Amino acid sequence: MARTPSELVRAEPGPPFEITVDGRAITALPGQSIAAALWCAGVLAWRSTRGGGRPRGAFCGIGQCYDCLATVNGEPNRRACLVPARPGDAITTQEGHGRAGLGV
Amino acid sequence: MPDSASEPYDLAVIGAGCAGLAGAVTASELGLRVCLLDGSGQVGGQFFRHPAPALGALRPQALHHDWPAFAALRQRLEASDTRRLLGHQVWTVTRGSGELWTVHALSGVDGGAERPVRVHARAVLLATGAYERQLPFPGWTLPGVVAAGGAQAMLKSGLALPGKRIVVAGSGPLLLAVASSLAAAGAQVPAIVEASGYLRYVTHARALVANPRKVLQGAVHGASLLRHRVRPHSRSAVTAAHGTDRVEAVTVSRLDQDWRPVPGTGRRISCDALAVGHGLVPQIELATGLGCATRRTPDGTHALVLDGRQETSVPGVWAAGETGGVGGWELARVEGELAGRAVAFRLRGVLVDPARVRELRRRRDRMRAFADAMAVAHAPRPGWTHWLDDDTDVCRCEEVTARRVREAAAELGARDARTVKLLTRAGMGWCQGRMCAAAVACLAAGGGDEGVPPSPERRPLAVPVPLGLLGSPAGADEAGADEAGINEAGADE
Amino acid sequence: MGDSSDVIVVGAGVVGAACAYYATRSGLSVTVIDRGPVAGGTTGAGEGNLLVSDKEPGPELELALLSTRLWRELAEPLPLQIEYEAKGGLVVASDPAGMDTLRELARGQEKAGVLAEEIPADRLAELEPHLAPDLAGGFHYPQDAQVQPALAAAHLLRASDARIRLGEEVTGILTATTGEVTGVRTATGTVHAPHVVNATGTWGGELAQRAGTELPVLPRRGFVLVTEPLPRVVRHKVYAADYVRDVASDSAALQTSPVVEGTPAGPVLIGASRERVGFDRTLSVEALRRLAAQATALFPVLAGVRAVRAYAGFRPYLPDHLPAIGRDPRVPGLLHACGHEGAGIGLAPATGALIAGMLSGGPLPLDPAPFSPARFVGGAAP
Ligand SMILES: Cc1cc2nc3c(=O)[nH]c(=O)nc-3n(C[C@H](O)[C@H](O)[C@H](O)COP(=O)(O)OP(=O)(O)OC[C@H]3O[C@@H](n4cnc5c(N)ncnc54)[C@H](O)[C@@H]3O)c2cc1C
Ligand SMILES: Cc1cc2nc3c(=O)[nH]c(=O)nc-3n(C[C@H](O)[C@H](O)[C@H](O)COP(=O)(O)OP(=O)(O)OC[C@H]3O[C@@H](n4cnc5c(N)ncnc54)[C@H](O)[C@@H]3O)c2cc1C
Ligand code: FES
Repeated sequence: MARTPSELVRAEPGPPFEITVDGRAITALPGQSIAAALWCAGVLAWRSTRGGGRPRGAFCGIGQCYDCLATVNGEPNRRACLVPARPGDAITTQEGHGRAGLGV
Repeated sequence: MPDSASEPYDLAVIGAGCAGLAGAVTASELGLRVCLLDGSGQVGGQFFRHPAPALGALRPQALHHDWPAFAALRQRLEASDTRRLLGHQVWTVTRGSGELWTVHALSGVDGGAERPVRVHARAVLLATGAYERQLPFPGWTLPGVVAAGGAQAMLKSGLALPGKRIVVAGSGPLLLAVASSLAAAGAQVPAIVEASGYLRYVTHARALVANPRKVLQGAVHGASLLRHRVRPHSRSAVTAAHGTDRVEAVTVSRLDQDWRPVPGTGRRISCDALAVGHGLVPQIELATGLGCATRRTPDGTHALVLDGRQETSVPGVWAAGETGGVGGWELARVEGELAGRAVAFRLRGVLVDPARVRELRRRRDRMRAFADAMAVAHAPRPGWTHWLDDDTDVCRCEEVTARRVREAAAELGARDARTVKLLTRAGMGWCQGRMCAAAVACLAAGGGDEGVPPSPERRPLAVPVPLGLLGSPAGADEAGADEAGINEAGADE
Repeated sequence: MGDSSDVIVVGAGVVGAACAYYATRSGLSVTVIDRGPVAGGTTGAGEGNLLVSDKEPGPELELALLSTRLWRELAEPLPLQIEYEAKGGLVVASDPAGMDTLRELARGQEKAGVLAEEIPADRLAELEPHLAPDLAGGFHYPQDAQVQPALAAAHLLRASDARIRLGEEVTGILTATTGEVTGVRTATGTVHAPHVVNATGTWGGELAQRAGTELPVLPRRGFVLVTEPLPRVVRHKVYAADYVRDVASDSAALQTSPVVEGTPAGPVLIGASRERVGFDRTLSVEALRRLAAQATALFPVLAGVRAVRAYAGFRPYLPDHLPAIGRDPRVPGLLHACGHEGAGIGLAPATGALIAGMLSGGPLPLDPAPFSPARFVGGAAP
């Protein structure tokens, strides 16, 4: 019986690479979305809500709920369940609208 | 293949799931010039979602019982000269001049350089599938609580699990598939919790008997669940998820006929993830934007009204798969083929193999009847609102609590989801009500079935559009004039 | 089911809500009837600007100035619930000729009691840091304010002591043999009252017809774009000089001029197109394109921001762009309070106060003659 998803489908991915979450390095596989890489590293939340400051991460998994919005390489509001992970990506926990810098 | 900006396609197919794939290859094989668009970078849709090529999955079929059916469709697609615009999210479809439709899309939204793309076609096939229906409960916004199909999708495409010990809950046949995949992929699934009584199928025995394959599929999942020691709880629901920054346990309660929790039956099950969903909702905003008529399905969602040939009430706009009512991948494939043939007949007078068409129609009607029986069996009952406490966020995006939704209905004169939205912002956030509209509509109607029947949501923008692109001048970016070869955004495998 | 009161208000939009509020305040018993929910008509599609800045001197400006004062009073007990913000307006011109036009408008408005301050080009950024750098200047109007229209209507209605019947269409007006109004017929029964107020907005002509009279109210479609939630990037209600021209225009063709404003909830609203195409809801990509292009020209920072929603509404307009407020000359007991076009949120309280004054025989806050429905029916206003 398979013990991991990769075993189940007998994945032989290309070489793994690093991305960072709030500065902490985690490993991602080529072909994974950022959310998938984060789940595999045990990270379930990478955003805090605008009103209550509550932690959130991927929910619908298919690009419909926008709960997985992340700030990727400084750009806010990227759907982590859809954006492919690339070597060196820096994910930072997004606070609220993620655009505090625009406030006047 | 049109190669100038001005030459339109015969058919634009939106969605490359089973329905869209079958429609596109059928029409293309019958001689039509077809453009197939999908927001995802890969074909397959929700059911045949599979790992990206770079993940090097040697046995993707381990997550799909019916992989050969998909492999065949994909092969036909590759052999056809269907133009594939993958990674293209369609935000609206409009009626252009001279009997032409214009499909407005964005490419490169998730990770490339974004740009607008427009495709002109003489007919449109809407095969945009469905998304999951959610019914909120205390704790459902905790990290680790994920949509059931979402867990399935993340597993199928990213080989990722949300936890090691995952409770699967909600209602509908999808739960069995999800639980058995999660278990096969190494997760422990301590319980599968179904709100309806499965026994209700019995009252629709005729539809079931006519669909032995479906029963078989259920049995296969069932056997796999037994093997993995997954405990089934029917007539039960997860009525709370516990934890501070992530889910640590759930409470499973017995439900009465109306889905009200039976006091004193709550049992705590520890877990590090919960996969939850209550069936699917057809994704039809592109169609409603064009004025296509809708019908209420037996489980309270809205689906497109289609004629025997899969055409919507707007001539020239066709639909197949979940957009016409949730019914599973095989129905989607059959309807896609029917639509492809019907469009070919309409545009070119191509009529081949009437016997095949009759057979397809027979299969479609049988599967539709089955789907309706399933929908009745799993339709949410009004008592679910008793799972909520006043502080439960009903709208995840805008963090609108059940208390505020109830106040808007009881004290401020809101009687439908739209007015609740105006008065509370529930449904006004990023997801535009996809996650909360079903729940809000129930609460606005006072929890009962009575009240104003909800109208289908209007979402003139099917996906968010950057203002800079929305404002870019007309005339640019005809898809026919795209520089790079046939298949935009990374050929599929 | 029978039911009776002093006044029936048909329509639970912002205008109907204001009529009910002021009528109950002057001691009348009121029943409000709507075929849909509260704010289910144009009010739910409005942006909620309470403007004096876009109005030429004349009767509408008088109405707007009165309304501005009344909104401030109303907002005192409920500022948060209705999202009232006295944020002020900023009208900008892209070239010196545009600036001249604004100066002339402001001079006239000041005589009528409007506060307007000229802002030279180099001070625009103080007021609005994200404005495009190449504008010619503008005018600041501190009296302009904003509410959230649906909340405003719902809370006004709740604060009134009116009986409210929702989901009930008024299908006919009941009259005595002598012709006076005695009530209304609805889909489920009759409701009695000696006075009926037609506050059905864009559908005002239809109700007038059901009462055996006429009022030429027609729809003027508008699209609004709503962005993702943002911090405060726009402080005032900001619009370009062209807006004033579009508002007053008689053309049926598509017109757009950017009106950009933040909301307390986060999204920026970008309105509004004007187009006479009947009740057609179909998305006009061209209208959205122009709105987006013009808004990003004013605020370049918005180019990277996403529109998450667009919606259409139908402004109720009358041929001379003034609302109809007052007694119908043909049907005694019928009063009209509709046709406020793109300013009904702003003009609602003054309209309600006038209607209440007429119903109770109390003093009127301003001369209602210019708004008399008689101007369309040919008769003299009684
Ligand atoms: C999350 C999820 C998981 C599911 N998992 C299972 C399962 O494990 N087993 C099972 O039997 N059934 C599953 N289903 C049911 C499944 O949807 C159907 O059985 C089947 O996929 C229907 O095929 P379809 O072609 O109608 O739609 P889909 O397969 O959903 O295909 C629709 C396609 O349209 C695309 N699309 C939608 N909107 C746009 C747009 N605006 N622009 C561009 N492209 C767009 C989508 O990206 C998608 O690829 C799942 C459904 C969901 C929502
Ligand atoms: C895009 C857009 C932007 C706008 N922006 C602004 C702005 O910034 N500031 C501003 O002041 N104004 C604005 N407006 C205009 C403003 O929204 C309207 O003038 C105002 O809402 C009209 O209110 P009302 O109460 O007269 O009509 P409505 O809100 O339409 O109410 C009429 C009610 O009557 C009911 N009704 C109709 N017929 C019947 C019947 N037979 N029986 C029972 N009920 C019936 C309807 O259901 C409806 O609820 C805007 C309008 C649009 C379209
Ligand atoms: S998880 Fe829902 S959009 Fe990404």
